[in-house]
Amino acid sequence: MMLAAPVIAVALTLLVGAVLFTLLGHDGLGAIFEIFVKPLFNPYRWQDLLVKAAPLAIIAIGLAIGFRANVWNIGAEGQYILGGLAGTGVALATLDMTGSWILPLMLAAGILGGMAWATIPAALKTALGVNEILSSLMLNYVAIQILYYLMRGPWKDPMGFNFPQTAMFSSDQTLPMVVPGTLIHLGVPLAAAVALTAFLLMARTVTGFQMKVVGLAPKAAAFGGFGAASTVWIAMLVGGGLAGFAGILEAAGPFGQMVPQFPTGYGYTAIIVAFLGRLNPLGILLAALVLALTYVGGESAQTTIGLPSAATGVFQAMMLFFLLATDILVRYRLVSGRAAPLGAPASKSEAETAAGGKGKAVAA
Amino acid sequence: MSLDLLVAILMTVAGAATPLLIAGLGELVVEKSGVLNLGVEGMMLIGAVTGFAVATSTGLPVLGALAAMGAAALAAAIFAVLVLTLMANQVATGLALTIFGTGVSALIGAPFVGITTPTLGPIFPEALTASPLLRLVFGHSPLVYFGLFLTFAVWWFLNRARAGLILRAVGESDTAAHAIGYPVLKVRYLAVLFGGAMAGLAGSYYSLVLTPMWAERLTAGRGWIAIALVVFASWKPGRMLAGAYLFGLVMTMELQAKAAGFNMFAPEVLAALPYVATIAVLAIISAAKRGGANAPACLGKSFRATA
Repeated sequence: MMLAAPVIAVALTLLVGAVLFTLLGHDGLGAIFEIFVKPLFNPYRWQDLLVKAAPLAIIAIGLAIGFRANVWNIGAEGQYILGGLAGTGVALATLDMTGSWILPLMLAAGILGGMAWATIPAALKTALGVNEILSSLMLNYVAIQILYYLMRGPWKDPMGFNFPQTAMFSSDQTLPMVVPGTLIHLGVPLAAAVALTAFLLMARTVTGFQMKVVGLAPKAAAFGGFGAASTVWIAMLVGGGLAGFAGILEAAGPFGQMVPQFPTGYGYTAIIVAFLGRLNPLGILLAALVLALTYVGGESAQTTIGLPSAATGVFQAMMLFFLLATDILVRYRLVSGRAAPLGAPASKSEAETAAGGKGKAVAA
Repeated sequence: MSLDLLVAILMTVAGAATPLLIAGLGELVVEKSGVLNLGVEGMMLIGAVTGFAVATSTGLPVLGALAAMGAAALAAAIFAVLVLTLMANQVATGLALTIFGTGVSALIGAPFVGITTPTLGPIFPEALTASPLLRLVFGHSPLVYFGLFLTFAVWWFLNRARAGLILRAVGESDTAAHAIGYPVLKVRYLAVLFGGAMAGLAGSYYSLVLTPMWAERLTAGRGWIAIALVVFASWKPGRMLAGAYLFGLVMTMELQAKAAGFNMFAPEVLAALPYVATIAVLAIISAAKRGGANAPACLGKSFRATA
């Protein structure tokens, strides 16, 4: 059931989505076909899928490590913005220079920028006990204002006809294409590398073990000597660093400059990706492709059948709803009424959790 | 400062505070029953768009506000089924509800962008609001008075009513409440539905009172501020009133500073102010309490009857 739940959730989303959109006066079946089927048969869209899945996967992997340890970083959107801004800062400072050292420096700055933004909720949580959900979320709104300020003022391109955006990055400051002639940039293989690294680290290192134990059995973790504060710091810095990394990859990749339209909600969608991927880095790669499909298909459905852009968000949220609903099938076994008479003591153990392990990771 | 201006400012404060107060009191009751619903922002958006749609099509803003309550309570019911019956994780489900509400409201609201609606304006006759001071008492939308009434009603319910005592018992120790024979899940269902209705009403305040129009993400994170205010209020209705009006003041300062051409800070600094203030307030209250000692003991935990 562990792996079946996401599949059931996606299937239910398609089914209920078709009904819902028909009731709302749209072509429900057509919408499902346009969003979830048609892009799969269009090779040009495959590139688009990979390019959109890459940032989602990178952010979601970072969030998942925290979610496993019950550290709820909801601030990925802001960390993504700050990562993009930090890398952009490097790019603007090196605009007249050339050299292959510039891009790695930008990427490093992006990671550090995301980490720095995540430091705030981490410090508030560990020093004062401030709820990290609320503080990290509030910082998303602050990050957007920092972006607007920089675009409107200090970082505005002086040659840009007064548009609130930076100068275009130079060729040394943009991600190279891994397959010439396509949209597939360096961020795509990097996302796969991040997933593999995270998978190995979570499976093979003490720190990976710590994140899992703290989430599954906080008391045992404390007895085992895993500090609550160090867990928060690791979760926040990894989550923030990866969100920042995704941010600068987007800025130096598809955008090629910094613009006010930079935040596209990936930081929120990545939460859905993390859960749909079962908080497992490899599962997240698959889930990121599914969510990328809703973006790519949603965009084409806008032009072909006039489906509103908001439909994408509805489908994404429905997926998470259905996933959370089917999770009970992971944690509990269905027992027919006759086999388990109500209140009979014997039935209790039968109905008891079968796969409590992973299920608990999503139980508060 | 003239009396007129002062009254105008105070009325803006009440206007900015009211939706925070109503949504916050709803969430306060939900959390007192032991459930953490992070979907307030999503429910507010659903309320805002439903209220707007119904008010424009019927011409009756009151009907809009009632429909907003119903629609948001329906959204809350989805959350309730997931976390109470299916025992899904409350944090994740709440986030899902917010993402859902953002998408659904944008979807429903698309045809309504750019048109205006009849507002839920002052209810007292104009004769009563001739002078500035009278206006301060009689010049508000009915929802402002409702917010004050709700503060008292929630306080009375939690502290004086038997049903409120049961709700608190369920939130402090679900197993004990269950053992005595109280219907834990039923109490929590009702609380979540109430919280949804209040969030919806608060959302309709944005589309029917503050700005008679609809735009995507109209509530701009106010639902999250309402959740933060519950922590700030230490789960006490009286303090929720104070907190909501304090934040109303912060938001009014932003507007007034803009209007007065006060440009020592960039406009972005002022726009970020409510969110920074929320973090600051949370930090102060957490430092004073070390982790919210007043939080209901069963907050966020799933309950499954075992006997």
